[in-house]
Amino acid sequence: MKRTLFVAFLLATLAVTAGAQGTVLLNAAGATFPYPIYSKWFDVYHTAHPDVQINYQSIGSGGGIRQLLAGTVDFGASDGPMSDDQLAQAKFKILHFPTVLGAVVPTYNVPGVSGELNFTQKAIAGIYLGTITKWNDPEIANANKGVSLPNADIVVVHRSDGSGTTYIFTDFLAKASDDWKNKVGKGTSVNWPVGLGGKGNEGVTGLVKQTPGSIGYIELIYAVQNNIPYGKVQNAAGKFVKADLVGVTAAAAGSGKEIPDDFRVSITNAPGAASYPVSSFTWLLIPAQIQDAKKRDAIKGFIKWMLNDGQSYNEGLSYAKLPKNVVAKEVKAISLIQ
Amino acid sequence: MSTTATTIERAVPPQAGPRAFVQRLRDGDQVAHIITLVFAAGILLITSLLVYELWVNSHLSRSKFGWLFFWTRTWDPIFDNFGAAPFIYGTLITSVVSLVIAVPLGLAAAVFLAELAPRSLSDSIAFLIDLLAAVPSVIYGLLGIFIVVPLMRTVIGPALKDTLGFLPFFRGPNYGVGFLTAGIVLAIMIVPFIISVSREVLLTVPREQREAALSLGATRWEATWKVVVPWARTGIMGSIFLALARALGETMAVTMVIGNDPKISASLFAPGYTIAAVIANEFTEATGDLYLSALIELGLVLFLMTFILNGLARVLIVATERGGGHS
Repeated sequence: MKRTLFVAFLLATLAVTAGAQGTVLLNAAGATFPYPIYSKWFDVYHTAHPDVQINYQSIGSGGGIRQLLAGTVDFGASDGPMSDDQLAQAKFKILHFPTVLGAVVPTYNVPGVSGELNFTQKAIAGIYLGTITKWNDPEIANANKGVSLPNADIVVVHRSDGSGTTYIFTDFLAKASDDWKNKVGKGTSVNWPVGLGGKGNEGVTGLVKQTPGSIGYIELIYAVQNNIPYGKVQNAAGKFVKADLVGVTAAAAGSGKEIPDDFRVSITNAPGAASYPVSSFTWLLIPAQIQDAKKRDAIKGFIKWMLNDGQSYNEGLSYAKLPKNVVAKEVKAISLIQ
Repeated sequence: MSTTATTIERAVPPQAGPRAFVQRLRDGDQVAHIITLVFAAGILLITSLLVYELWVNSHLSRSKFGWLFFWTRTWDPIFDNFGAAPFIYGTLITSVVSLVIAVPLGLAAAVFLAELAPRSLSDSIAFLIDLLAAVPSVIYGLLGIFIVVPLMRTVIGPALKDTLGFLPFFRGPNYGVGFLTAGIVLAIMIVPFIISVSREVLLTVPREQREAALSLGATRWEATWKVVVPWARTGIMGSIFLALARALGETMAVTMVIGNDPKISASLFAPGYTIAAVIANEFTEATGDLYLSALIELGLVLFLMTFILNGLARVLIVATERGGGHS
């Protein structure tokens, strides 16, 4: 009894001191891919609102979801939306809020080829399924008229670590090919039919640079920041699009009409002539019910800020902005947090 | 141990009752006994807690796959089908390759440093070798990526194919990354352990042993190989198993050069995967419960492998000691 009283007293003192300082401390954990922009946002937001401090640990999407479900963080972040199973497991309702967009690009090392290659959806799926094994395969050659492709074996490179990049890429492949969808599926790690695994974007890039005849996939941001050349990918409209921030935002806008109310949507292979097909949202995972009023207001305030002022920091860090229609829809959804 | 105990007993006559205990406390004997006992028990406790945690948290995977987990070759997080076979294979093969390279190299170097080199040279080289043993593994991984992998693709691999290509181990496409590359990088990592410990052990061999052999007309080589090395055998074995333990559990350097493809291939050029590497790669993004549980069971398997190999090492040491007694 005495001990309970003592603990209660301690907690009360802590609460009072925290209240006196007026600082709301939010803990969050999750995806590594948006970490650079998140840490920028949290920092800028804290400077503008000294009473809110957000502590974010980039432990990976899987870890973020686990910690959120366990209730050890105030909100999570993930590169892939939570599955129906996961949402059903949760003891509380979880809302998804898209924050920024990312894209994945193919990078390659083909002896004698220096220009940009065009990849049809069938070509990429075939290469990663192991059915297309030579660089001069008609599926690749027909899309690259005028380029002399060697009769060399294709060495496939993929990520070895579980990652949101792999999620986006396999999500695209699952839409591009039924074979892929049925045999391999989509996820942060999959059972790759062929290929070598490299750890992280840098591992994949290293393997591709070193191995003649190789192809790999990396994040757009990583390719841009490190000046790594990459190829064009055919989109749903049949056009070959080189990934850039505009094309990624276009993809999100293109699928804007079909975005469901819970924002759990894949925008790979989005309609629209300008849409880059291998792109995706990344999400904040917010509990729908937050008991602590201060925390609730802080989270709502941050999301509102992130959707408006926050987006202007995106392009400086090579993240694509959310399209206007998505922002408008999210602003409405903020009221669901109670 | 026993001799010191008896001398102390003789020095302090045994007393009955609580005073004796207090007296011993004052001497520090009892205190030292209790403290060391607590620490020793702590290690046991940590080990058993580790096994307990792995056992409990791998429950889902164990109950679903049972013994099949050891034989299944698929690792499919999407369709929730997990098997440890390719990882066990990769872990064993890379460790064996690394030992095959590192043991002769390390042993020869240790013999040179302990028996043939002048003491001052030996000591300074030993210092450098101890430094090597302290280099973080990610550095060895980088060394592997930038030096061993290109060498493997352009020089070592083709040379092996030309000379030993008739063996199944040296066939198939050579990407530069794979079992052999991982084995070589591991060998570079563990050689310092073997040299450092073996040299110390060889140096403890009594001078009389050598002199006796030499006086019987043995050459220097014979004295070293037939007298000194067998004398130090147990310690040398110990160094090798210390090295093996590091090779089995190495994560970073291996994942950077092995190709990370969970397949079982006879060719050493083929890419593979090890248990430690897959856990490090996939744990952070593992979402499904069964997936997580399977990764934890892999940890349990690695623990089991280390346990078995250590047991085998003990048996081997005992066996060779007995063999030595007969000869």
